[in-house]
Amino acid sequence: MSDLRGRHGGAAMAVTFETRGAAVIVRPSGDVDLSGSPTLRQELRRVQAGAPGRLVIDLAGVPYMDSSGVATLVEAMQVARRADTKLVLCGLQDKVRSIFEIARLDTVFAIVADVDAAIAG
Amino acid sequence: MSTPTNATPAHSTRASSEPHLRIELRSNPLLLSGVRELIVALSRRLGFSDESGGQIALAVDEALCNVIRHGYQRRPDRPIWLSIWAEGGAWVDGGAPTSTGSAGGERPDALRIVIEDEAKQVSPETIKSRSLEEIRPGGLGVHIIQTVMDEARYEKRGTTGMRLTMVKKRVGSVGDGARAAGNCGCSGAGAPRKGACHE
Repeated sequence: MSDLRGRHGGAAMAVTFETRGAAVIVRPSGDVDLSGSPTLRQELRRVQAGAPGRLVIDLAGVPYMDSSGVATLVEAMQVARRADTKLVLCGLQDKVRSIFEIARLDTVFAIVADVDAAIAG
Repeated sequence: MSTPTNATPAHSTRASSEPHLRIELRSNPLLLSGVRELIVALSRRLGFSDESGGQIALAVDEALCNVIRHGYQRRPDRPIWLSIWAEGGAWVDGGAPTSTGSAGGERPDALRIVIEDEAKQVSPETIKSRSLEEIRPGGLGVHIIQTVMDEARYEKRGTTGMRLTMVKKRVGSVGDGARAAGNCGCSGAGAPRKGACHE
């Protein structure tokens, strides 16, 4: 597991990783805004270069996300589709879920409650 | 602190007064979280719900992001001015309540937020939400602003820069009778979809 902390942002952004079988779990923490989203984008690209069978993005540690964060996840979804990777989001806090609803992406992404459901689903 | 130059200042967008709060910041993404925290704290202090305060902060964040990315091409050292007026209630004609007074007396009916820059001007008509049917990164900021705020209007600032004026009404305030009665009243291009109402 790696831990990349504080490379961007007043709201310190960190990304950790875990591997369970064919699944890679990515856990960003902190605000994913215009300051923090480049870190998440870079780390997702690095993980997706390995074309995992399943990519779980656990957003339980993300209290805030703006459209730059949403764009980062849309990019990841497009890469996942090309690589035949199953991408699942989980752990969305209410504020984060709200922006997916406003952008009408809540039905485009596979969104489940937690990591266990994301691994099982 | 300098003031917006080479253009009509923000306070001319209203007939009466200087803003109750004005800050100048640089176009650096590192500053966004602090601005959001300020907006949330101010909104809460003025009687807006936590949800409304979060929506106002989101709209301001998206507006600043658009200035940084599109207006200033990510240059981190350019000026942005954020001006806020509390409107209605005891906040009339530039005045402000000086004590707690009667219950609810500190609560304005709305917040008017103006964001100005010195970026290249574009025709306000070209600033619009893209179709959400197309699933692709980017272009969501204007849609988000229009969805969570009651008003959003872009205009040119004199000969340099752009101005965005946004208004958020406080639920239960004067002029918000429809929503106070339980009917949101959201309509038009900025109306949220079902289940994603302002409140």
